[in-house]
Amino acid sequence: MLALHKVQFRQGDFTLGADLLIPTGARVAVIGPSGGGKSTFLNGIAGFIATDGGQVLWQGQPMPDHPGLRPLSILFQDHNLFPHLNVMDNVAIGISPDMRLSQTQKQQVRTALDQVGLSDKSASYPRDLSGGQQGRVGLARMLLRQRPLLLLDEPFSALGPALKDEMLDVLRQILHVTSATALMVTHDPKDALAFANQAILVADGVAMAPQPIQQLFDAPPPALRAYLGHWT
Amino acid sequence: MRTTSLFAGLFLATTAMADTPVLTVYTYDSFVSDWGPGPAVEAAFEANCGCDLQMIGAGDGAALLARLKLEGSRTDADIILGLDTNLTAAAAETGLFAPILTTANYNVPGGWADPLFAPFDWGYFAFVKNAEIESPTNFRALADSDLKIVIQDPRSSTPGLGLLMWVKAAYGDDAAQIWADLSDNIVTVTAGWSEAYGMFLEGEADMVLSYTTSPAYHLIAEGDASKSYAVFDEGHYMQIEVAGKLASTDQSALADQFLQFMVSDVFQSIIPTTNWMFPAVTPIAGLPDGFPNALSAAQSLIFSPTEAAALRNVALTEWQTALSQ
Amino acid sequence: MADRIIAIILRIILGGAVLAALLLFSIGTAVAVATQGLGLGRLGVADWSAIRFTLWQACLSAGLSVTIGIPVARALARQKFLGRQALITLLGAPFILPVIVGVLGLLAVFGRAGWISDVLTWTGFAKLSIYGAPGVILAHVFFNLPLATRFLLQGWSTVPSERFRVVQSLAASPWAYFRLIEWPLLKSVVPGAFLLVFLLCLTSFAVALAVGGGPRGTTIELAIYQAFRLDFDLGKAASLALVQFTLCGVVAVMAFLVPLPQTDGLGLGRLPQRLDASGHRGVDFMWITISAAFLILPLGAILIRGLGHIASLPYQVFTASITSVLIALASTVVCISMALGLSLAFARRGQVAQNLAEGMGILGLATSPLVVGTGIFLMIFPFAHPMTFALPITASVNAMMALPFALRVLMPAVRETYADYLTLRCSLNLTRWVWLHRILLPRLRRPLGFAAGLAAALSMGDLGVIALFADPDLQTLPLMLYRLMGAYRMDQAAAVAVVLVAQSLALFWMFDRGGRGYAGSP
Repeated sequence: MLALHKVQFRQGDFTLGADLLIPTGARVAVIGPSGGGKSTFLNGIAGFIATDGGQVLWQGQPMPDHPGLRPLSILFQDHNLFPHLNVMDNVAIGISPDMRLSQTQKQQVRTALDQVGLSDKSASYPRDLSGGQQGRVGLARMLLRQRPLLLLDEPFSALGPALKDEMLDVLRQILHVTSATALMVTHDPKDALAFANQAILVADGVAMAPQPIQQLFDAPPPALRAYLGHWT
Repeated sequence: MRTTSLFAGLFLATTAMADTPVLTVYTYDSFVSDWGPGPAVEAAFEANCGCDLQMIGAGDGAALLARLKLEGSRTDADIILGLDTNLTAAAAETGLFAPILTTANYNVPGGWADPLFAPFDWGYFAFVKNAEIESPTNFRALADSDLKIVIQDPRSSTPGLGLLMWVKAAYGDDAAQIWADLSDNIVTVTAGWSEAYGMFLEGEADMVLSYTTSPAYHLIAEGDASKSYAVFDEGHYMQIEVAGKLASTDQSALADQFLQFMVSDVFQSIIPTTNWMFPAVTPIAGLPDGFPNALSAAQSLIFSPTEAAALRNVALTEWQTALSQ
Repeated sequence: MADRIIAIILRIILGGAVLAALLLFSIGTAVAVATQGLGLGRLGVADWSAIRFTLWQACLSAGLSVTIGIPVARALARQKFLGRQALITLLGAPFILPVIVGVLGLLAVFGRAGWISDVLTWTGFAKLSIYGAPGVILAHVFFNLPLATRFLLQGWSTVPSERFRVVQSLAASPWAYFRLIEWPLLKSVVPGAFLLVFLLCLTSFAVALAVGGGPRGTTIELAIYQAFRLDFDLGKAASLALVQFTLCGVVAVMAFLVPLPQTDGLGLGRLPQRLDASGHRGVDFMWITISAAFLILPLGAILIRGLGHIASLPYQVFTASITSVLIALASTVVCISMALGLSLAFARRGQVAQNLAEGMGILGLATSPLVVGTGIFLMIFPFAHPMTFALPITASVNAMMALPFALRVLMPAVRETYADYLTLRCSLNLTRWVWLHRILLPRLRRPLGFAAGLAAALSMGDLGVIALFADPDLQTLPLMLYRLMGAYRMDQAAAVAVVLVAQSLALFWMFDRGGRGYAGSP
């Protein structure tokens, strides 16, 4: 269970307040208007932004300060891959940033690549891959790390509908295998509905408690209604 | 069109200056400085000539000749003042100088007979130092010591060239070795005498290549007896400074007049306490107290102009080679 | 159709004219100099020594600048502190600082009569003497370390913040951090930075003139000057000039293969927040303090000494200032015209054409101003008194020296403007005049302002060609400064230095501000 106790994430002039609980294994869509603080929310949980008072707790224990020590993996919208490393190394750094792998670890990397369907691309470089393939490399790294909490910041927003669906399928597989808790920022309500069972609305500097997603869309609060418009 | 001429034209009222003949003299920087002979010479000459005397400082002595070669016969200069006998042969070779008829009762060691140039002062080169420093007695002793010296570039400066000739005259074929030994004593090589002397005064070096008369300046003008010069066993090289008239001048008569003025008593009595050299023609009033004595003939080293010209390139190459290692 | 033909002709004329001028200046003058009677046999032992010295000091200076620049840039990228932005801006100062002023400052701190020597004598050690190789290298590092640091810092700012976060989230060790982020960064920035600094040190003149200390610290540029002005040995000057041109040419060719770093001054952007800062605070601040002190102390020394003696400024400062400013303005106009011409002609052509145009610009950097000056002198000499053309020649050569930097700023800007707005222009069917007047030039205003400021400041501080053509009547401020230093009137020299720096900065600020004034530009 991920708990945010009265946290205030401060980034420059902007402060985001959150006081909520997310149950283990939930799939949460983080939605809201642009500039409302969705990325701040995710980056705060990841540990890149300090909190002014309050605590972030995982399974009842406060999370360590250093992002690398937190039990999570994060996938950004872009720049997840290192251009000078090939696909194999890009995935391998998920478990060994020094890129020194034991035989077992190498096998694990190959398995992860298999599972996302990129086993024939392990020697290629990111510049040779399509957008969708690059996304899968990122997912492979996530899969490899096997962390209980996954944070995704609009990772598929640049892809077309078919590719997006494919990516979401892969993601769902990963979640099924690892039983991880996932938070995904998305600006497309359709994606949110397809992927998540809960939704957190981030607007006006506040992240609200998660609600079952269909319920939220049926009776949207004013901020969400303004965001959704006439979409049903 | 030069900016300064433009401004001169704009700001100076139209005066009789437009009609006054202008005599242009190229000389070295320290000659025209406020404490040099320039101002007094200009005042004295202009009082009688009905002309405008323009003395222009163009670096140190050797740079003057280089400048002249650069400008060729298109130069604006009428007179060059400040070459020395090490350079007169090269200067004569340019073909830019005209014969002169200046006569005087010269008191220059070795006498004077040159159709193109007239001497105006002379002196001996020496390393000048603070009195409390122990003097090396010759070049070898200097090279062996830890003393730091500052010297001038022989290509741009007559003292620099003089030092080159001095070492050559004293050591002949061993000159290259002397320079090699001296190279670690040399702090830096300056383009002209002023900079080197200034550095010495500021404490950047223990000794500077200058003249036997330099300590006299400090004694007489400043009441400061703290400077002296190192007396060298090998003797001291002499410098005879000269002036010449350019063949391309448009003021030939005026130039001749100036040159004759230059060896007259008026000019010559200005020299000792402004240029701090021995005058070429002894002034009626004699030399000031505190001036050093002239050295004996055995102690005076000098090459004839042709010898100096012949040796220059060889000596220069030795110097450059030794110092660039 | 006719419009297209006109466009092509205009482009050919514009670009071709500029290229022709550049070629005439650089290669043409080199040839003119070369016809004076060549033969490497004319070069003596001392000349070869100068060539060797030039090469190894340039190597060492560039190596030191880049090597020291790495930890300093890393420290600046990592740490946030009060005055950080000011320090980063200050790093741009030595580039436009007149060389002779910088040397004066270094002597005031490191010379035998300088602060450090005072401390040393007080503690019983021998005085410091920096004439010769140490002085030359010290001065070169002083001028180029900030430049190298800025390039490296710029490299750091191109790393997307997400990549830093990925590394942090992976709990990477320092070694992994180096391999993942710093190594690719350094690999892309360091070679170009080294090459550029190497080239700048190779063609150094004023530093060698002021602190070279004689034959042991003579660079090829200085040797050319001495051969020309002191010996009037045109043949030797020509031979040395050709050697210099060849060396620079080789470096220029290498620059084609290695991407040269951008020198845009359009702000280094905000660097991402770094969580790894705390672990390295001590070391980082040590580097920051050392580099800041190294930069500020010499400048401060001059400022203090100069301001104290402002009252004793010689009256010639007035005319020298006017001469300097006139040359600077003329040079800026020529430089910007050439840069704009080349950019408009080539920015939209393929990569090869762009590289060619930039290569032409580099040629300006590679060709020594003394070579060009010598060549022009030789070309004019048979017909007229070269000294009368001193001002326009100086202005043109200065323009050429600033051209590569102006090009680096303008070409990308022109390219971008065309990329962004060309379709709009076509769809609205705008005429060439309207396009130029209403869209292109306003959008270029900011880089134009910066480039103009750069050209003006570089010209103000130049002591190169002017030394060749100098006569007592004509002087610019740097020349006056040099002469005062030569007469050892250090107090007045410091005062003139302050005036010179103030005017250079004023010109730079005026142009740069003029460029920023446009409300609509980004």
